[in-house]
Amino acid sequence: MSGLLSALVWLPVLAGAAVLVAGAGRRDALARRLALGFSLAIFLLSIPLYTNFDAGTAEMQFTERRVWIEAFNIHYALGVDGIAVPLILLTTLLTVIVVIAGWKAVRERVAQYMAAFLIMEGLMIGVFAALDAVLFYLFWEAMLIPMFLIIGVWGGPNRIYAAVKFFLYTLLGSLLMLVALLYLYNESGGSFVIADHHALPLALLPQQLIFFAFFAAFAVKVPMFPVHTWLPDAHVEAPTGGSVILAAVMLKMGGYGFLRFSLPIAPDASRELAWLMIALSLVAVVYIALVALAQRDMKKLIAYSSISHMGFVTLGLFVFNAQAIEGAVVQMISHGFISGALFLCVGVLYDRMHSRELESYGGIAAPMPVFAAFMVLFAMANSGLPGTSGFVGEFLVILGAFQANAWVAAAAALTLIFGAAYTLWMVKRVVYGKVISDAVAALPDVDAREILFLSVLAGLVLLVGLWPAPLLEVMRASIENLLAHTAVSKLP
Amino acid sequence: MQSLHITAALPEIFLALSACAALLLSAFVAPEKNGAPALWLAVAALLATALLAALGFGGAAGPAFHGMFTDDRPARVMKVAVCVFSAAAFIYGRHYNAALGIFTGEYYVLGMLAVTGMMVMCSAGHLLTLYLGLELMSLCLYAMIAYYRDGALASEAAMKYFVLGALASGMLLYGMSLLYGLTGALELQAVAAALRGGEAGAAHALAVVFIVAAVAFKLGAAPFHMWLPDVYHGAPVSTTAFLAAAPKIAAFALLFRLLAGGLEQLFAMWQQMLLLLALLSVAAGNLIAIAQSNFKRMLAYSAISHMGFLLFGASAGGAAGYAAALFYVLIYALMSLGAFGMVLRLSNGARECERLEDLKGLGARAPWSAFLLLILMLSMSGIPPTAGFFAKLSVIEALVQAGLVWAAVAAVLLAVIGAFYYLRVIKLMYFDSPDHDAGGAAAVPGAAFGVKLLLSFNALIIVAMLPWINALIALCRQVMLHFAGQA
Repeated sequence: MSGLLSALVWLPVLAGAAVLVAGAGRRDALARRLALGFSLAIFLLSIPLYTNFDAGTAEMQFTERRVWIEAFNIHYALGVDGIAVPLILLTTLLTVIVVIAGWKAVRERVAQYMAAFLIMEGLMIGVFAALDAVLFYLFWEAMLIPMFLIIGVWGGPNRIYAAVKFFLYTLLGSLLMLVALLYLYNESGGSFVIADHHALPLALLPQQLIFFAFFAAFAVKVPMFPVHTWLPDAHVEAPTGGSVILAAVMLKMGGYGFLRFSLPIAPDASRELAWLMIALSLVAVVYIALVALAQRDMKKLIAYSSISHMGFVTLGLFVFNAQAIEGAVVQMISHGFISGALFLCVGVLYDRMHSRELESYGGIAAPMPVFAAFMVLFAMANSGLPGTSGFVGEFLVILGAFQANAWVAAAAALTLIFGAAYTLWMVKRVVYGKVISDAVAALPDVDAREILFLSVLAGLVLLVGLWPAPLLEVMRASIENLLAHTAVSKLP
Repeated sequence: MQSLHITAALPEIFLALSACAALLLSAFVAPEKNGAPALWLAVAALLATALLAALGFGGAAGPAFHGMFTDDRPARVMKVAVCVFSAAAFIYGRHYNAALGIFTGEYYVLGMLAVTGMMVMCSAGHLLTLYLGLELMSLCLYAMIAYYRDGALASEAAMKYFVLGALASGMLLYGMSLLYGLTGALELQAVAAALRGGEAGAAHALAVVFIVAAVAFKLGAAPFHMWLPDVYHGAPVSTTAFLAAAPKIAAFALLFRLLAGGLEQLFAMWQQMLLLLALLSVAAGNLIAIAQSNFKRMLAYSAISHMGFLLFGASAGGAAGYAAALFYVLIYALMSLGAFGMVLRLSNGARECERLEDLKGLGARAPWSAFLLLILMLSMSGIPPTAGFFAKLSVIEALVQAGLVWAAVAAVLLAVIGAFYYLRVIKLMYFDSPDHDAGGAAAVPGAAFGVKLLLSFNALIIVAMLPWINALIALCRQVMLHFAGQA
């Protein structure tokens, strides 16, 4: 199956170019159909990644390796482990959903919109599959360009501010990571292979500096408090599809970066600085949840809820036990489904009412019963109801945190209350109560297309919630390997 | 060293003769008709010269003209780039020159002689050869700017450039004379040999200061950058496009020949100066560029910041540092050529694409041009997947390798500031709708198919070269290997 990863990275990029060319001159219908066809084909192509994956080993699989830039010893090296596979599948699935979701909502420059998402899909898969640090960096940065254009071209009224802020914030973090990678390159005697960096012994001070350089890149992406402020702006202004990809996939790259770079390359610094990471995660979990409570804009509320939930991911990563890390990865996947679904729900409402204000809605359960059922399900999942995927991740993280420190676990568990509070309050105001206006009373319920993408996500939320074993098994070996690696000091 | 070895200078001789031919052609063909034949003669001659330089008819690399001239591999690489970029700049500027009424043979004669000067600089083995090449280039450039007689801005730019350029030449000569007094030699290798083993005193420092200041002036590095925005802005865009690419490579040759060649022993002395200049240039260039509302001035300040990056590379020293700087200047010249080529493409005689607002809504008006400019802007800001990223990567890598991690961090932080104004161009093109009042919605002028093709190639190659970029990086490394171990 060698070549599969290359195909998964480059086919979407080529498909994007094809859609761009075929859809030029306002051939919108053709662009939509082509984009759907391509994204479905790529999703089907990505399934063998799961079915042919050997979960018994932590080795990289489906590897490809070729010398690219000999002068700097840069390789074109791809491969996946049990942590990357679910994230790649999440990416390919959500791209299909985003294409369907943008079917009617996007009317301007349709071909470019679809092409941007396809190209971004390829680049995101590249991030998860790269085994060479420069290749990783290349995909990591290149991914910003389509997202910048998506927010800037198809976004809301304040889109330019949001797009530029998003771009510069992430660029700043990434460039510091680049310096760290170059430092590692020199220390390791001229290698950009990530695995070589894992094995490289480092004194505590360089480890701490490297840790902070990586932190600048990954914490901005997650985003962690206090570098989260770009996210509400970006989410509110982005078109629905942009928000979905941003929340469901891009934020995961921060968590993935911690797993792939920070923890294994600077394990001693990670342990030394775990208190800081845990503290920042708890601030995100608790404080940002309170901020979410105060929002009037639905998208902003879900954006803050995302930050709060991603706090669980970073918390899970830095309490150093298998349960917590497994929980963090499950949380990443589950948050991908749930936040994606919630943004899609807001998109469904926005397409009809052109408002995201909570005040414009009320009692939509009467005109839109089917939609209300979906929305309530996703809201329950967001607040961590047992039986949904949201519960599994958070429960594992709290369980893991409890082994480390009961107080930390207790503080984290507060979010189950706050999360339920802001989510259910939102549902109460939007879905239940009296029908607030004639406009709301006249809302048409979801059509077949909308039911399609919402039910796919609903099915996955319940599947992972009720039967998480397939997901956990894929990643188990990789996570145990990672933990064993971080347990050994790298101090010389 | 005692041989004349005249074939080493075959490319320069050929180009100078071609310039003479073009001059004769201009003398015998009516002024309104001699533009096109002179242009094609210049382009053909430049490409043939590039071929001659690439094939290295001088035989094995080595000194010629009793050490006045060296035909080595770095020189050949730089010469090929200088010729090819200049030829492209002439082609881009054709319609613009015709609209301005300066599409005449003399313009291209001056251009060819300027290129000859640059090539002499690339190959200089002697302080006087270096100066000769520099003056030949500079005097032709002054004239090319002033050639647009009806433009007040152009005359002002030429005057400013001439006065400040003369000052810089004076500084260079003063530094060289001090160096001659200290070492008793004018030949660069002899200078280096004389400095070897000796103690470096205050007089040496004085000489280095003057030489570095002159080099910084020619590169346009802060705080010697004052002339650059005015010249880029005032000169006819066709001249700016020429000015912004090949002469940068020549200025790098000046730096490389003088500092890495002649003054290698004083590395510790000039490294500090270059680092300071680099830091100032990247900071000043990027910060002031943000405040510009004129696209040409923005590109001028961006040039200053890019020269800062080049200086960062050179200050890292050693084969890796010089290779990084060479690679950087080659890629930068390619991008800069493309960017000014785009300005030329979007201008017609009546109205120049000058203000940033003129780019509003370009994404809707001319999607292909906007896409090319998008690539150029991303590459200039060093965002992958573009060649500009690898240029910055090699410089930063050289810095880290030389133990200058603080400089690497400063460089990348300032690069983020730089990204802002490049992004603004993208924003104007894609996020804003065209201005209807100021005529911003005017159609993009048509252009010859060949120009469009060349310009597209110019911009696309920046991305398309990536799978094979190793070849170029390795070439830069290889030609600089000779200078290894000097840092």
